[in-house]
Amino acid sequence: MFPSPLGAIEQLYIGFFQTGILLTALSESIYRIALGYGLAILFGGSLGILIGVSKIADETLGTLVVALQSIPSIVWLPISLIIFAGAQTPAIIFIIVLGGTWAMTLNMRMGIKNVQPILIRAARTMGYNQKEIIWKVMIPAAIPSALTGARLAWAFGWRALIAAELIGRGGLGRTLMDARDFFNMDMVIAIMIIISVIGLIVEYLIFSRIEKRVLSRWGLSKL
Amino acid sequence: MEQVRIEHVEKTFHNKEKEKSFTVFDDINLEIRSGEFLSLLGPSGCGKSTLLNIVAGLDEATNGEVFVGDKKVLQPGSDRGVVFQEAALMPWLTVLENVSFALRKKMKKEEAKEHAKKYLKLVHLSKFIGSYPHELSGGMKQRVAIARALAMDPKILLMDEPFGALDEQTRTMLHREVQYIWEETKKTILFVTHNIREAILLSDRIVLMGTRPGGIRKVYDVNLPRPRSITSPEFVQLEEDIMSILGGEIEKVMREEMGDDFNTKKASLLYGTDRNLGDHI
Repeated sequence: MFPSPLGAIEQLYIGFFQTGILLTALSESIYRIALGYGLAILFGGSLGILIGVSKIADETLGTLVVALQSIPSIVWLPISLIIFAGAQTPAIIFIIVLGGTWAMTLNMRMGIKNVQPILIRAARTMGYNQKEIIWKVMIPAAIPSALTGARLAWAFGWRALIAAELIGRGGLGRTLMDARDFFNMDMVIAIMIIISVIGLIVEYLIFSRIEKRVLSRWGLSKL
Repeated sequence: MEQVRIEHVEKTFHNKEKEKSFTVFDDINLEIRSGEFLSLLGPSGCGKSTLLNIVAGLDEATNGEVFVGDKKVLQPGSDRGVVFQEAALMPWLTVLENVSFALRKKMKKEEAKEHAKKYLKLVHLSKFIGSYPHELSGGMKQRVAIARALAMDPKILLMDEPFGALDEQTRTMLHREVQYIWEETKKTILFVTHNIREAILLSDRIVLMGTRPGGIRKVYDVNLPRPRSITSPEFVQLEEDIMSILGGEIEKVMREEMGDDFNTKKASLLYGTDRNLGDHI
């Protein structure tokens, strides 16, 4: 009953190459996180820009975002399931979006707010109007901050996905719960390994690389 | 013919919370001739940068008007290039992209790049067109900023203490470059500085500004032949003349900032009351 390292590896092999359970579960989870995360970055980024640029939006929506951020997104699952009439994938994607959006929003807002005023003044002297300044000065200047937001959004979104799947249906989370129901602890460990490997891949192959490039280009890496 | 007319300009800052207002200067009248190199010289707080910002259209005058040519200044425009004390380059753009950034409103990308290269050559930075701003020294960044302002081909170049943050050697070199550029391009230059020597070295006319009440104290015509030597007797004489007025202005500012304890005659800062600490133990 107690899991063994070899057993976990065996389960990984079986799950991927014989029964294909893990492969199906993994691809379902990846589909959900990709869609949910993409939407979170899109919504969070746009909302952050809006709040960063407009004082009225900041004073109204800003507080709301902070309030929403303090709710663990999994708490939304019951309501989400009702909204989507029990359809699992949209409901879980909704949870991921709620998990990631606010961190992205707050970081994007901070990035926009912290743009050096002198850059905006300089752009104004070159004849750029407010709208062009937002696109060509404020958003590029906020990229390093947005990247931090994207990283946090990934962390929140990924946790939200697994948590939602543990309760809901489909994907790695559900498969883990199924394995528990069959007392297959080797399988539970195998799935945990998959979860952490995906975390590693995203961190080292995606975020680290982008961050390195952005920081050196923006001249921040020496600090 | 005059290029810039500043008519009865007043700037007052209002503090909404305390319902206090502070007038930096009022009724400033000044005309800058076409092709002239004019310096605004004064102690900190006299509003020389504010006046430049009003001409640039970045700040709004409380009263009065500024005309460039026959057009009233309402907002910033590419007819007035501005060089700030900080280079204000976009850190994510290369040197070449930074300069062509100023041109993208007018021309296509390729054309802007060709144009930008020409101006980078003028400030001797052709070797660094692919570098990012953080890879450059302070003086080089400032030269990029100058190239960027010139690339827009403005009639007027506004320079707000452009060399204030640089070391002496770099500054001397850039003085030479600015003179060269000015002679080469025949731009009208409005130059803000608190450095007397810099003002005399570069300008046709020096407008000396004071504080409390803020305003123009005196206008000097600098009729020395170029290139000017800072050791020539005329140069030294003018420097002393200006210093005698400016010294009083600086003292006024210091007294305001430090209270009545301040005294330029002795190093009053060293003899503060804190020195008696522990006398009565």
